[in-house]
Amino acid sequence: MSANVNTSLPLEYQTEQNRMNILGFWIFLGAEIVLFATLFSVYGVLYKNYAGGPTHQDIFMIKEVMIQTVLLLTSSFTMGVAIWEMRRNNKKGLIGWFILTLLLGAGFLFMEINEFIHYVHEGATMQTSAFLSSLFVLLGTHGAHVTFGIFWATMVIIQIAKRGLTPVTARKTFIIGLYWHFLDVVWIFIFTFVYLKGMVL
Amino acid sequence: MEVTIVGIKWDEILITGDPIILGSQIAILLTSLGIIGGLTYLKKWKWLWREWITTVDHKRIGIMYIVAAVLMFFRGGMDGLMMKAQTSRPEMSLLDAQHYNEVFTAHGVIMILFMAMPFLIGLMNVVIPLQIGARDVAFPQLNALSFWLFFSGAMLFNIAFVVGGAPDAGWTSYFPLAGKEYSPGIGNNYYAISLQIAGLGTLMTGINFIVTILKMRTKGMTLMRMPMFTWTTLIMSVIIVAAFPIFTVALALMTFDRLYGTHFFTVAAGGSDMLWANLFWLWGHPEVYIVVLPAFGMFSEIFSTFSRKQLYGYKSMVVSIVAIAVLSMVVWVHHFYTMGSGALVNSFFSITTMMIAVPTGVKMFNWLFTMRKGRIKMTTAMLWSLAFVPNFVIGGVTGVMLAMGAADYQYHNTLFLVAHFHYVLIPGVVFAVFAGLYYWWPKMFGFMLNEKLGKWHFWLFVIGFNVTFMPMFFLGLNGAVRRAYTFSAESGFAPLFLLSAIGSVILAAGFAVFCYNIYWSIRYADRNISSDPWDARTLEWATASPVQHYNFAKLPEVKSLDAFWYMKKNNEGLALKDEEIEEIHMPSNSGLPFLMCVAFGIVGFFLIFEWHLLAAISAVLIIAGLIYRSFDYNDGYHIHKDEIKKTEGAWRKMEGKVNNHVS
Repeated sequence: MSANVNTSLPLEYQTEQNRMNILGFWIFLGAEIVLFATLFSVYGVLYKNYAGGPTHQDIFMIKEVMIQTVLLLTSSFTMGVAIWEMRRNNKKGLIGWFILTLLLGAGFLFMEINEFIHYVHEGATMQTSAFLSSLFVLLGTHGAHVTFGIFWATMVIIQIAKRGLTPVTARKTFIIGLYWHFLDVVWIFIFTFVYLKGMVL
Repeated sequence: MEVTIVGIKWDEILITGDPIILGSQIAILLTSLGIIGGLTYLKKWKWLWREWITTVDHKRIGIMYIVAAVLMFFRGGMDGLMMKAQTSRPEMSLLDAQHYNEVFTAHGVIMILFMAMPFLIGLMNVVIPLQIGARDVAFPQLNALSFWLFFSGAMLFNIAFVVGGAPDAGWTSYFPLAGKEYSPGIGNNYYAISLQIAGLGTLMTGINFIVTILKMRTKGMTLMRMPMFTWTTLIMSVIIVAAFPIFTVALALMTFDRLYGTHFFTVAAGGSDMLWANLFWLWGHPEVYIVVLPAFGMFSEIFSTFSRKQLYGYKSMVVSIVAIAVLSMVVWVHHFYTMGSGALVNSFFSITTMMIAVPTGVKMFNWLFTMRKGRIKMTTAMLWSLAFVPNFVIGGVTGVMLAMGAADYQYHNTLFLVAHFHYVLIPGVVFAVFAGLYYWWPKMFGFMLNEKLGKWHFWLFVIGFNVTFMPMFFLGLNGAVRRAYTFSAESGFAPLFLLSAIGSVILAAGFAVFCYNIYWSIRYADRNISSDPWDARTLEWATASPVQHYNFAKLPEVKSLDAFWYMKKNNEGLALKDEEIEEIHMPSNSGLPFLMCVAFGIVGFFLIFEWHLLAAISAVLIIAGLIYRSFDYNDGYHIHKDEIKKTEGAWRKMEGKVNNHVS
């Protein structure tokens, strides 16, 4: 609230309110870690309860999942470049890399939806077994986060285009960056503990 | 048993055919009409909207929390009285088994989540920013949203019993009972959806208070100079952030099981019902400490103020609450030793549970030593704190009895357990919020609650509480199980059950005196009192009562623990010079949090009734609210120097010519 401005810091850290917003978002990410950890635990308890339905090996499409992974990991890289452009005060570069990030995210999402449709066609629905319930909800929660992130980021891009780089728009961009990298980290865990483990074991 | 997955039909919405429920429906209708009519007659709608509904002021949000909590206390208390009436004699037929199930479910959920939590969060909202010398919380509008989400969830839960059907699987809603197969109605949808909405608000409160306390302390207030209530609030907020997401997931999975036919907790298709019990208590046990830690903080403030001494063992208090917070995460299995997870697992959780008694015991002795050689003032707030000590110890010691895994097979699901957790939660939380309310009431409103009525309230409530719950220990040891709607005459339980029922009437009389006290004090209490009527020690007493909306004209500087006491003894920083006054930046009011409350309420209602299309359509309202907020660049406003000068002059001049009401 106070107008305690420190111009020697990066744009997004200059006001006290911004510093509080960023700390608050880090704590929110802490809550998100607990949320995903719970979903992973639920999956860890139920992942062998096929109830006579399809197993991991029956439904997983490892090639498509690899492409999804590459798309999402690349989008994390481009997000990093976008923030770097923001630090260089290059509005055009920021918006360009930001849009590229969202396109990669949308590509990931498109493939994930196709993957879900494929599962359902194979007869593997959320209602088939406890394994599939936990799989769909874990992946779906991550996918819903990506979807939400794309819409949210679109709002922020409009604001950067309209208002330019101000402490407020810079802070919003930075926070979205944190969110996006976090989703990437969650995906690495999903890739390892759901897909790789499911194919090997 | 027939399984129905279809949504509820329009003509089945209102519950009909039960005289008690019909009476409630009429009462709800008349009360609503009365409120609407009264507001219209007194032309108060605009005032309500401008001063309260759209406010982002932490003090007003706190007061709204407390008002809601007192109303919920009444509702939960009525449920409790109905249970006590039903079990007062053998084979009573006031309530049938189904109705009794609904009543104890509502009682548990409401008392924990819609009474204890908001009461504490309300007092935290009022007090914490003042105690750390700040002008508001870190995110004022988010704070308003937290309140309105809580309110939305609470109202949804409260209409369940007249609209659609009440949840009936206990406040723990264990599967498979709570699943669609065994509870096909929509009652348990109410549980899943309304607690989800309220829980979102709580999570935001947790984040808000962590940032507020870490980032907004005034100059000189290091972590180890923070008042104990601030410390406990900080740790409570950390537990909220660590534990509430687990409940979010558990409720979401419950919703999926009930609404979309998944198999997380079902018996069929590989689901695991004990997974629910684990997830529930992974959140539920930390939840106990979420409510009890801030209460400990309040007692610490009150003991210190009315013993006129610094809190004894400040550092060990801090270490204790951190230790309690850590241990609270690793004891959850003690709620279901009978799950059969084996001697090793049960032993581990027995030991961790008993270990919690150590830091709690440290705190007990610190409170006792705080009073030692103190000049104790027997105010109402102090009486509640004094009564807390022995009563809570009874709860704690029986808790250690229950902690022993092997012995617990005997106590499990008996009234002994019910008596135990009432002995922990009522002295630990209810005594605390009453103590806190008497203590901080003058800070909130500028007049005191009547001390004489307060003592009536205290004695009736404490005696009633003991008469109600002490017999339940013995009933439980004799084999009376919890959640049973009646018992036979041959069981021999009748005399103790009757005694317990009589106690509950005394308890209720105490609550009635409390309500009368609020009414009496609003009408007749002396308005000409000091802004520091208790001669207190912390910064919230360094400013006007009721507190002006910007809290402090000049942010105080802290040089020691008990900052305000130090300022008074050394006569430092109390006066305000004209040239020290600067313009103050304040956040603007916003109607958005209230509109989000309405939007969440509508979406939640449709989901509860499993009208998915309507729910999806109305979810657009929530999205619209989020988009509006994203584009909202309202930066608040500045209070002019002249206005501050005028406000400060008014209350500072009054000091020294006030009446003293504390002996």
